[in-house]
Amino acid sequence: MATQAAHKEQPLLSVQDLKIKIQMESGIMNAVDGVDFNIYKGKTLGLVGESGCGKSLTSRSIISINPKECETSGTITYNSESESALNGLNLLSLKPTGKQIRSIRGRKISMIFQEPMTAFSPMYTIGNQIMEAIRTHQTKDKKEAKRIALEMLSKVGISDQAKRFDQYPHEFSGGMRQRAMISMALSCNPEILIADEPTTALDVTIQAQVLELMKSLQAEFGMAILLVTHDLGIIAEMCDEVAVMYLGKIVEQAPVKEIFNNPKHPYTKGLLRSMPRLGGNKSKRLDSIEGSVPMPINMPPMCGFYDRCKDRIEGVCNAQSAPKITISDEHTVRCFLYADQREGEVQ
Amino acid sequence: MRTLPLFKGQKPAAPVTAAPKDTVYSSQWRLIYQKFKKHTLARISMYILGLLYLVALFAQFIAPYDLQSYDSKYVNAPPMGLRFVDAEGKFHIKPFVYGLKTERDPETLRKMFVADTETRHSFKFFVKGQEYKFLGLIPMKTHLFAVEEPGRIFLLGTDGMGRDLFSRIVLGSQISLSIPLVGVGISFILGLIIGGISGYFGGWLDSLIQRVIEIIRSFPTLPLWMALSAAIPPRIPVVTMYLYIVIIFAFIGWTDLARVVRGKFISLKNEDYVVAARIAGVGNTKIIVKHLLPGFMSYLVVATTLAIPSMILGETAMSFLGLGVRSPATSWGVLLQEAQKIENVALYPWKLLPLGAVILTVLTYNFIGDGLRDAADPYKK
Amino acid sequence: MFQYIIRRILLAIPVVVLISFIVFYIIQLPPGDYVSSYAAKMSASGDIMSQAEMDQMRANLGLDRPIYEQYFMWMKKIILHGDFGFSFNYNKPVMAVIQQYMGLTLVVSLVTMAFHYIVAIPIGIYTAVKQYSVGDYFFSGLSFIGMATPNFLLAIILMFLSYKWFGNPLLGLFSPEYVNAPWSMDKVKDLMQHMVIPVIVIGLSGTADLVRIMRGQMLDELNKPNVVTARAKGLSEMQILFKYPTRAALNPIVSTFGWSLSSIFTGATITAIVLNLPIQGPVMHNALLGQDMYLAGTFLLIMALLTVLGTLISDILLAWLDPKIRTEFRGS
Repeated sequence: MATQAAHKEQPLLSVQDLKIKIQMESGIMNAVDGVDFNIYKGKTLGLVGESGCGKSLTSRSIISINPKECETSGTITYNSESESALNGLNLLSLKPTGKQIRSIRGRKISMIFQEPMTAFSPMYTIGNQIMEAIRTHQTKDKKEAKRIALEMLSKVGISDQAKRFDQYPHEFSGGMRQRAMISMALSCNPEILIADEPTTALDVTIQAQVLELMKSLQAEFGMAILLVTHDLGIIAEMCDEVAVMYLGKIVEQAPVKEIFNNPKHPYTKGLLRSMPRLGGNKSKRLDSIEGSVPMPINMPPMCGFYDRCKDRIEGVCNAQSAPKITISDEHTVRCFLYADQREGEVQ
Repeated sequence: MRTLPLFKGQKPAAPVTAAPKDTVYSSQWRLIYQKFKKHTLARISMYILGLLYLVALFAQFIAPYDLQSYDSKYVNAPPMGLRFVDAEGKFHIKPFVYGLKTERDPETLRKMFVADTETRHSFKFFVKGQEYKFLGLIPMKTHLFAVEEPGRIFLLGTDGMGRDLFSRIVLGSQISLSIPLVGVGISFILGLIIGGISGYFGGWLDSLIQRVIEIIRSFPTLPLWMALSAAIPPRIPVVTMYLYIVIIFAFIGWTDLARVVRGKFISLKNEDYVVAARIAGVGNTKIIVKHLLPGFMSYLVVATTLAIPSMILGETAMSFLGLGVRSPATSWGVLLQEAQKIENVALYPWKLLPLGAVILTVLTYNFIGDGLRDAADPYKK
Repeated sequence: MFQYIIRRILLAIPVVVLISFIVFYIIQLPPGDYVSSYAAKMSASGDIMSQAEMDQMRANLGLDRPIYEQYFMWMKKIILHGDFGFSFNYNKPVMAVIQQYMGLTLVVSLVTMAFHYIVAIPIGIYTAVKQYSVGDYFFSGLSFIGMATPNFLLAIILMFLSYKWFGNPLLGLFSPEYVNAPWSMDKVKDLMQHMVIPVIVIGLSGTADLVRIMRGQMLDELNKPNVVTARAKGLSEMQILFKYPTRAALNPIVSTFGWSLSSIFTGATITAIVLNLPIQGPVMHNALLGQDMYLAGTFLLIMALLTVLGTLISDILLAWLDPKIRTEFRGS
């Protein structure tokens, strides 16, 4: 695989041919359909796409917390740096409610969510909920757990921690809650942090603060981040590498600069055109992508973007699935438009 | 709307787009109806309930005997089976019932009925019998079915006075099925008006109404009921008694609905679209009718439907205790009075049959209410 | 918090006063009074009272005065002397009658209530966690039928079955030989036997409702993001289930506990009448029917008071259980 070749080191997490099917009333929905990507130590991979493209399901399947209805296949190989017992483990082979995956969740791979309001239970104090993670994985000792929790709260920039520790989620502002969430996720010093739309529910100024915080914590702890978002601005600011998802497939994957400077897939191009730019032509309306995302139910093999694509090739794009094509060492795209350029590499 | 192309080999019915065409333009009630139809149990319940009300409407026609007719020869007779094959194994095209004769149980010496295989009375449709007023208007003599004279047909047995239980259940349904409906209807109107005033205007009027509701609700329902029913004078015409009972029901029932309405009014009146309408100079009445009512009408209908079962059970309980409907009028609760004595149930278990009618009705109302609630929830799939 | 409670109690006082007056009015509503129903009873046994005798009796009992005067006299006695009046039927002070039935009423009510919660909550949790399983359909079906069956009739059916299978319908709370016997192990055993049907019948009536409520609450809670967060933290399913959804789902249920206060006092009246239980419910029923006005009035008054008190307790419980309300009080 092209992107893999670019990195000499072994990936921390390697997702191969991930498929998630959901049984619906009207048929089987292929919510995620053959996704591959790697996550490397200390790096940030952005997973970007419209809502419903399967990016959240993909990220959640890593620690097997998707609802029961999701039928997941493929492999997710975890190569722990710190614990050789977990080296080369296929996370999907573990029982979703079993002990082993639970020992990884929150300790080695942790996650933060979009809605900091509802992600905490309103019934317990913030301190209680942070300590729970620490006491599950690190120490049974209550005092020690509290000390770690307070330290984490100060690390994420919450002042007056001792008082905050005993407050309830509703007494926190949105940004504060997300900081508390991050402190909880990082309390066991994980190797990978999955951030599922971490700033979507926040004000723009708070967004910037939280992103800044995540960056500085990444520098301090050295964890890898899988950042799920629909916001290209956040991608530009945070990520090293980007995977663009559409209808359950990664349609383009490349380093962040390459994506912004040299987008290949019509969908990626459309996304970039729909983004406002500083110094752009103010009188011009922003572009949008025509049409809406179809439901991937009972879909014949074809390119999912076909009926919204301006450059579609009749009889080709709607006859089979688009192949993965390597543009350069670090850049792949799923589109027929580039098929003839690299005939030999069509999979 | 731009139609999206179908995928190759795909059936046109499959949902390519997120919303099928007809849902895009459907009104709220239409959407509710479409979702309700998918709720199998609720749909079946709807049919059963419809049938029950039809029976109540044409009760005098369907019941072979009227409320007053009794036959002292057939006291506590067991249900009779409709037969096609006689004791000798001979098949008859026309169904028939055997006559009854009394024998004494050799051990307990109790009088008991056994089928008299000597006398056969064949079953007939559309027979002239006692006169009644069809739908309360047209005098008629034809009943749906009967058996040849001098035979009698007691499909569900008879009671302690020799009255046909089937006829009485059918005729009793008129009161048992209509009281809750009328009672809920009145409390619906009361609740809507009083709750609406309380919620929309607020202020001292709201406080006053809330105190009154609080007081009424502070009385435990059952004793309040008992006290009020005890206040109904004895020996009054059936219609007056019916009115009394309905008013008691409505008096107790409206407070719940008023609270629901008030709560909805308060939460809706500060919604942006209502505020916008007010700023635009729309009058109170129009805001209420055009903007507020449609906002929670479906919710209210659900609450009302779910209030009916408790009224049915309440009427049954009160009549059972002799505090509700009284003879000569009959409801299912009155019929169950005979089941109060354990000996009666032990010896003549068919006296519990009116209970089946009660359970069936309450179940169907509950299922319909559940189905409506799911259907009216716009966020539920 | 304290201030809040005081304010609520002060607000409840006018409500209670109004209720007491309405109570008194309601018991006056039925045509005739105790004297006329007494006379009717007498005449049934061949002793016909003359009008003069009836008037004399009315004057003795104070029934010839206007309603409001009777009310003020009744209230005055209650407030000044704790005297709730005299029960004509029992020929005893009202309080003595109520005390006589208090013990057994409490036993029956508390046992059925415990049964009610112990059965309903686990079933509610189970049916929600295993939604659409065979068990869920079984219990949901059962609770639907439970909700549709009037419980007094369930009592009859159970008595019938008990009669058929054990040859004893288990009427009342004691077998005849134990009614007046001093307390002994055998008497307790006999009481336990007789309690089975009332507990099942009275307990089940509310249980069906409670199962449905608990199931609905649990289903809501199980789909909340905080459950996913807890899972992502690495907690086990059992830890999650009890700490997050169950705790949150119990809130509204625990807070309705106050409402059941008045039912502790009367028990399930109709069922008690059918089963011939010597508890408050049937006594109240008879008092209402027999125009035993002070007894009936006291019953209604106590129940109304308990309902007001129960609402207060429910509100306090809710405030105490919900961190949002609780912290508001802490802040002020």
